Amino acid sequence: MIHMEEVTRIFDTGKVQVKALRGIDLEIDTGELLAIMGPSGSGKSTLMHIMGCLDTPTSGKYTLDGELIQALSDNELADIRNEKIGFVFQSFNLLPYASAYENVELPLIFAGISAKRRHQKVTELLERVGLADRMDHKPNELSGGQQQRVAIARAMVNNPRIIMADEPTGNLDSTSGEEIMNLFRELWKAGNTIVMITHDPVVSDHCPRVVHLKDGLIENGAMQLN
Amino acid sequence: MSTWYLFRLFTRELKNQKKRIWLTVSGIAWGTLSIILLLSFGEGLKRQLGKADRGLGVNIVIMYGGQTSQVYQGLPKGRRIRFTDEDVAMLRQKIPNITRISPEYDLYGTTMTYGNKTLTERVTGVEPSFEEMRTHYPDAGGRFINKIDVEQRRRVIFLGNDLKDRLFGDQEAIGEIITVNNIPFKVTGVLKRKMQMSMYGGPDAAKGTIPASTLKAIEGRTYLSRIVYQVNQTDYAPAVKKEVFEILGQKYRFDPSDDKALRFWDTIEQRKVAYNMLIGIQVFLGLIGGLTLLIASVGVANIMYVSVKERTHEIGVKRAIGAKRKHIKQQFILEALLIAIVGGTIGTAIALVLITALRGIPVSEGPLELLGKPTFSLTIALATAIILGIVGLAAGFFPARRAAKVDPIESLRYE
Repeated sequence: MIHMEEVTRIFDTGKVQVKALRGIDLEIDTGELLAIMGPSGSGKSTLMHIMGCLDTPTSGKYTLDGELIQALSDNELADIRNEKIGFVFQSFNLLPYASAYENVELPLIFAGISAKRRHQKVTELLERVGLADRMDHKPNELSGGQQQRVAIARAMVNNPRIIMADEPTGNLDSTSGEEIMNLFRELWKAGNTIVMITHDPVVSDHCPRVVHLKDGLIENGAMQLN
Repeated sequence: MSTWYLFRLFTRELKNQKKRIWLTVSGIAWGTLSIILLLSFGEGLKRQLGKADRGLGVNIVIMYGGQTSQVYQGLPKGRRIRFTDEDVAMLRQKIPNITRISPEYDLYGTTMTYGNKTLTERVTGVEPSFEEMRTHYPDAGGRFINKIDVEQRRRVIFLGNDLKDRLFGDQEAIGEIITVNNIPFKVTGVLKRKMQMSMYGGPDAAKGTIPASTLKAIEGRTYLSRIVYQVNQTDYAPAVKKEVFEILGQKYRFDPSDDKALRFWDTIEQRKVAYNMLIGIQVFLGLIGGLTLLIASVGVANIMYVSVKERTHEIGVKRAIGAKRKHIKQQFILEALLIAIVGGTIGTAIALVLITALRGIPVSEGPLELLGKPTFSLTIALATAIILGIVGLAAGFFPARRAAKVDPIESLRYE
């Protein structure tokens, strides 16, 4: 589903050119649970931004679901992020003044979905992550683990083709972290494709396939392990 | 995108930023208050001046005899032109566009006595058309001099309301006999109080009015002090004036183009000038109010910029989950508009309360008579609403554009 060929990303800061990605070849199939590991500065985040259509490669080819990403306009990229990709962040990134319900509702608002359908989807997703009784709570009334569940529900609400999680357990204690990983595994088993960026071996241990990144290049794991 | 959703989130956010948003709202309220008050005072001034202007009369021209300044048909220049009763009759007959006309005789320094009170004031002799033309409307129970008074040279007098107060105090004057230069006159009516801004010879409230024929007979006058006429339509005034020159020029033998032969006080021309000046004043007042509101809108824009900066991360998150640039823009423009609407409504409400309170204060003297009646009109309401809308949009537009330009990657890093 994800196909990357010789993808590079060079940040031009004026005087210095920073080569964050120096030629990535990567293939991810539907239904995979994949961890991308690497030390800081290895290009993990840049890779995720490109994969998540928040950024485009400087050179090389990236197709998502058969669509060549470089060729798309800003609005088309927004649509892809909205419909095909679900983001989960390390620091949850929920809107602080909106309830759990409203946070999950937001992507559906951008997608222009009717209020009735929104209600159905949001309720369904919050039930699925086990927060049916916390719908009206604000983020600061929820624990870290619960906030991350809301974020996962938000990522899932538009039935994305792929979920991208950037250090999803980085801000959680080990128990909550374990719970979140179990939730991800459940979602994976239900057929979702999940890509995780992490430097935590506990997280990558959950993942059947691990890709190691170093200095903007893939060290190993480019081929599929299982 | 769902405006209702945005609105809900915005009201939620209000609680977080209470002080800042209310300061902004009060800025807009203050701007709205000043623009409405200034415009209402302008409108009130215009209406009061209009009323005061009508005190002299509407569409009237006051004409005096002048001196010829050109030799004509063998006659030297410098001849005095003086009007008689016949001229009035002739003009009335020959110019159909003159709807009302009257001679006017002045009698200055007239002694008027009632009981043991004696006053020295002006008396004028006129015809009944003065009632409508020069707004000499009687107060309840009285009447102006009429046709029969003139025909029979009756000794009746119509008193200005000030004159009546000074002569009679609170006592009823109608039907009473006063002496005018030692000749007894019967009071037929008292002038109804009116605003009068422009005048000749003194305010109508301070003089007595008697039939022209009576004055002429008592004083043995031949020449009039002036002729007052009214045209049926403002636009006809110049043509009528030309006809007057031609008709009187023929009679008194002066060149119709000799503009020194007759002297005019053309209140129609004067009113046009005054009206334009008032429009100028209103525009000026509106500009001051508009500028106040503009300053307030700079405040709103400023707050919005701060808000964009503070919510950079939030914008990044929204972009990541699929918000387009327009979604981000909408949010900020809507917020600025809401601030403008709420502030505008509060400002308008306060302005209306103040205007109502001010109008309730009874004033009948001095400059307050003109300034003390601020008037709120539909035009003012519309103008204010339009200005507020523009202010809100403008205050939201630039910050919104900045927000839409936020790079999602940069902003996600920004924590």
